[in-house]
Amino acid sequence: MSKAAVEAYGLRKAFGEVQALDGLSLAVPAGSVLGLLGPNGSGKTTTVSILSTSLRPDAGRATVGGLDVVAEAAQVRRVIGLAGQFAAVDPNLTGRENLRLIGRLSRVGRRQARVRAEELLDSFGLNAAAGRLVRGYSGGMRRRLDVAAALLHRPAVLLLDEPTTGLDPESRFALWDSVRDLARSGTTVLLTTQYLEEADALADQVVIISAGRVADTGTPAELKARFGTMVFRLDFGRQEAAQAAHTALASAGYRPQRDGAGIQVRAAAGSGELTGMLRALDGRAPDPVSVAVREPTLDDVFLSLTRGGQAA
Amino acid sequence: MSTIAIAPRQVAASRVAAASSGVASALSDTADVAWRNLLTQLRTPQALVFATIQPVIFVLLFRYAFGGAIHVPGTDYVDFLMPGIFAQAVAFGAVGTAVGLSGDLRTGILVRFRTLPMARIAVLGGRTVADLARNLLVVAVMTGVGFAAGFRSPHGAGGLLAALGLVVAFGYAISWGFASLGLRVSDPEAAQAAAVPVVFLLVFTSAAFVPATAMPGWLQAFGTHQPVDALVNAERALILGGPAAHDVLISLAWSGGLLAVFALLAARTYARIGR
Repeated sequence: MSKAAVEAYGLRKAFGEVQALDGLSLAVPAGSVLGLLGPNGSGKTTTVSILSTSLRPDAGRATVGGLDVVAEAAQVRRVIGLAGQFAAVDPNLTGRENLRLIGRLSRVGRRQARVRAEELLDSFGLNAAAGRLVRGYSGGMRRRLDVAAALLHRPAVLLLDEPTTGLDPESRFALWDSVRDLARSGTTVLLTTQYLEEADALADQVVIISAGRVADTGTPAELKARFGTMVFRLDFGRQEAAQAAHTALASAGYRPQRDGAGIQVRAAAGSGELTGMLRALDGRAPDPVSVAVREPTLDDVFLSLTRGGQAA
Repeated sequence: MSTIAIAPRQVAASRVAAASSGVASALSDTADVAWRNLLTQLRTPQALVFATIQPVIFVLLFRYAFGGAIHVPGTDYVDFLMPGIFAQAVAFGAVGTAVGLSGDLRTGILVRFRTLPMARIAVLGGRTVADLARNLLVVAVMTGVGFAAGFRSPHGAGGLLAALGLVVAFGYAISWGFASLGLRVSDPEAAQAAAVPVVFLLVFTSAAFVPATAMPGWLQAFGTHQPVDALVNAERALILGGPAAHDVLISLAWSGGLLAVFALLAARTYARIGR
């Protein structure tokens, strides 16, 4: 791996009583995509705020492109581009005006700001809407413009804070394509997300954070293998039935988790696991009222991380 | 063989060049942000109409509704009133600075500005310069309405323009004070609620609408030692005629002092956002 474009060591940050970051460390190799995965309040935005120089850590240090984010904040700002939930574009300017303004303020020069604005409107599919006020844009268009605004000065490091939260699937996939293109052209990307699926689709390396600390780290493939690819939810309608099923599954070697009148089981081997489970239940518990199969969510990962209940 | 020796003078010169290019970029950033703020104000016409209509209503209200009941010896009430109304308009205009910045804080555009390699002062400079431009418009509209309502500016155009200069300078100085306030509350409504009482207190304890001598002694003590009162007195001296130098200097000293203190305060507040 090449040299790290982003490095953080022991970052700590408290807001009053709340310890948002509690010794977070991470490294993003140059030219790669790192997915910072965590639920709300886990410290993702705080991390991005510190790396983008808009927040100072209480302790620890971080560098972007080898530059210290506190001591060399002004130089760091020339290297980074930031987009996401809390960085915005101006709703009362047109898309084109927004990009030109941010281009000039990114110090690329008046002429270059115009040129880059047109290039980016083009590559983000915003040409037709370029002359319209952003307040009339859809959520997806606004996010695309937001990401475009982060790219005017061709930053070496792009920080994306939950770029697709609240977007419809089509807009999300379009944004994913843009991120992939950027990564292919050599931009280092750090992206925060609540969606395992998103990290899976984009990231070379995933860092899972919880309560301001790194809970786990690995490639998407490694994490999936660790946390299971499928979650089965069997509903029994009655608590006693669920308890009987829990006992039966546990004695068959599964790691069931009871949740009221239902049971959750995580399995690495895909949906083929279901027949095995039903066989284990046969005669030992009533038939389930309903069976649901779904991809694991971050909640499942966190349950696993906190309870140690990994897939059988 | 030629080696290039860099004389200390050249180094110093290049430092000066770097510093002056820093100033030039800061000015150009400020102009860009000011332009953005003016554009967005033009595109939210409600705000602009509100900013102009309110002072116009005050002119008409005080001139016709209260004017008959207020007697100021030696002068027409409308000539006495207009300096007060100008001061009141820019004081209320400064509330817009707080509202605008807290709005930028809430929408997140400030977060983006803070992570761009732009001059940091440009966010505040651009906001206050745009508000200065709006004040110029408001004052111009009010002057027109004032003349229509019988205002005659007895001491001539020179005195009136000098007075308006003081008004706009004062408005610029206090908009930096309200900038600080706006950066502390990320909610435009809260910013407005916090700013308006301050303006009321300063405007209505001053001699803006009634002579200070009509107030009880304790209120006079406060009312006559604050910047709006100083401004109104200087304006009246310039507009109505009479010895003006002393009052003008006091008003300029207030505006200069407030600008210096408030600009430092606002810059500190801006630097500490999110700390």
